[in-house]
Amino acid sequence: MNELKKYLKDYDGPPLNIMEVCGTHTAEISHCGIPGLLSENIHLISGPGCPVCVTVTDYIDKLTELSLAPGITVVTFGDMLRVMGKNQSLNDVKALGGQVRMVYSPMDTLKFAAADKTKTFVFAAVGFETTTPVYVMLLNEAIKHGITNIKILTSLKTMPAVIDWVCENQGNIDGFLAPGHVSTITGSDIFIPLAEKYQLPFAVAGFGGEQILEALYALVKCRGKAKVMNLYPSVVTAKGNEAAQEMVKKYFVPCDAAWRGIGVIAGSGMILRDEYAAFDAGSAELTADHIHNPKCRCAQVLTGAIKPTQCPLFGTECTPQAQQGACMVSTEGSCYNYFVNKRKA
Amino acid sequence: MKITMTHGSGGKATSDLIANIFAKHFQNPVLAKMEDSAVVPGAATLAITTDSFVVTPLFFNGGDIGKLAVCGTVNDLAVSGAVPKYLTCGFILEEGAETEDLEKIAVSMAETAEEAGVVIVAGDTKVVEGSGGIYINTSGVGFLADSCCVSAANCAEGDAVLLSGNLGDHHAAILSARMNIANTIQSDCAPLNDMTAALMKSGVRVKAMRDVTRGGLATVLNEFAAASQCCILLNEERIPVSEQVRGFCGILGLDPLYMGNEGKMVAVVAGEDAQKALNCMKNCKYGENAAVIGEVASGEAETVLLNTLIGGIRILTELYGEGLPRIC
Repeated sequence: MNELKKYLKDYDGPPLNIMEVCGTHTAEISHCGIPGLLSENIHLISGPGCPVCVTVTDYIDKLTELSLAPGITVVTFGDMLRVMGKNQSLNDVKALGGQVRMVYSPMDTLKFAAADKTKTFVFAAVGFETTTPVYVMLLNEAIKHGITNIKILTSLKTMPAVIDWVCENQGNIDGFLAPGHVSTITGSDIFIPLAEKYQLPFAVAGFGGEQILEALYALVKCRGKAKVMNLYPSVVTAKGNEAAQEMVKKYFVPCDAAWRGIGVIAGSGMILRDEYAAFDAGSAELTADHIHNPKCRCAQVLTGAIKPTQCPLFGTECTPQAQQGACMVSTEGSCYNYFVNKRKA
Repeated sequence: MKITMTHGSGGKATSDLIANIFAKHFQNPVLAKMEDSAVVPGAATLAITTDSFVVTPLFFNGGDIGKLAVCGTVNDLAVSGAVPKYLTCGFILEEGAETEDLEKIAVSMAETAEEAGVVIVAGDTKVVEGSGGIYINTSGVGFLADSCCVSAANCAEGDAVLLSGNLGDHHAAILSARMNIANTIQSDCAPLNDMTAALMKSGVRVKAMRDVTRGGLATVLNEFAAASQCCILLNEERIPVSEQVRGFCGILGLDPLYMGNEGKMVAVVAGEDAQKALNCMKNCKYGENAAVIGEVASGEAETVLLNTLIGGIRILTELYGEGLPRIC
């Protein structure tokens, strides 16, 4: 480990931009103080891997509308509460009498639904490949127990299409720290077509500080090469969790999806199949996105075009207390991470 | 029996409730007089504090709202360098609360008050509409020696930073209860006045003390760094967290440095007294896992830095966002 650290600190080759796609990696990089352990020629940039940050305002507006409708309660992860729709957040409508409950696990929705059959409970189903199987479990259980007062409002995203978009439109990335959790489900092979198309290395990494350093070392060593390295073999395999993939396929089909600040990317999302449409609370066509502050640079931050600190609003008009964009809301958002850890690099 | 609006009438039902639960368990000569004010002997300098408790659930592994209501106020007095003496308590009960629960809470308060050596000398009960919730406010008075000069503003370069034990237990216990996760994590809820008194008596030059509650260790140390215009440098490997809580945090993405505790304190002492202070803490009932976790260093004022396990430096800011609602 010491040799590896020395290599990363002393690296004096061509400047490299390495993107970590997953928000959990962004948070851990900050928590471990990793930027300070790297040469000035190795730049870490955060990608579009925080599910809350990439959700468009149309989706939030649909949630707030549902929470105010008679007989409906919106159930959500906590991070979603503070994200602004066009005019208001779930927290705002909660204060106005909107029915919103925060949970740590979507499965809690089953308890609520069983306890009050007069209401419909709509889970705010956001997330990437890692989280989608949890919604499958929720629907499976609901069907198994004949619970009909549960629905989901989906904004489900998939990684390969958005990474492709970043490579195509950004073009300044020299390697990807690939998401460990997502790869558990998808398998590391999912990145091979991208590695070959753009001649870039991908390292699937775990979430400990040392695991991240090992992955960065591998990426720097393999710069310029089309290579997918699985450095998280304790939980990630080449093919992934095929049982989970099958279950996801049973309920969901790929769809075009809208990303905050990016727009619609073909085939980058998942939506319930027609035969399960009864469980959908109206997810289709939620594509419009409202920018609250014209100076907000969330779109460029999300795709790694600029660092959070380069946004003119960062730390002045936009702070965790007064967010102008979603990247400052979620604990996995890049702006939030840079702000609360006072990160410069 | 369920609490009804009648229990808040101020009439017979109220006086019965007070007699059967509060007076019965909090009994002492001052309270027994049932006057409109408690009249008690005093000291030249008093420490006074108040705190309200809204924790949910009311009962959890390692404690309950009553124990919390006594410890929270006792600890605020203790870390100010005072000897806690008297408490008052106000109960706000929602219709439908169970008197059995209320009695359990009163018993727990009485036991904790006895352990901490404080007397509950006054109280109040109100009933409001609702669905069985119980809320408690406690105010506390402590006696302060004239020589006491503990303050967040006293930290200086070279001082040592000590933590009295494992971080995150209370937060993890409350969250486990709410999420129905079965584990053996116990809240650390405990009175710390024995430890603060021992430290003050030991001859250790104590500069600053604070209990590490909501906002967690990082927030408390940011308050010290701001008040003292100093830089605090911590070593991650020295910060005690139990294996179980560490695992729990890993799964839920929690950071022990920002988690709430109800029986932990941080003390800043003169650097040369660090070992003596550590021994003193370790000899106390709730201090077996105490550790020297860092120092006041040269560096940018109003800054808290963490030497991470892999040798990086992380800047620790105060807690942003909600943390966990209704943890105490």
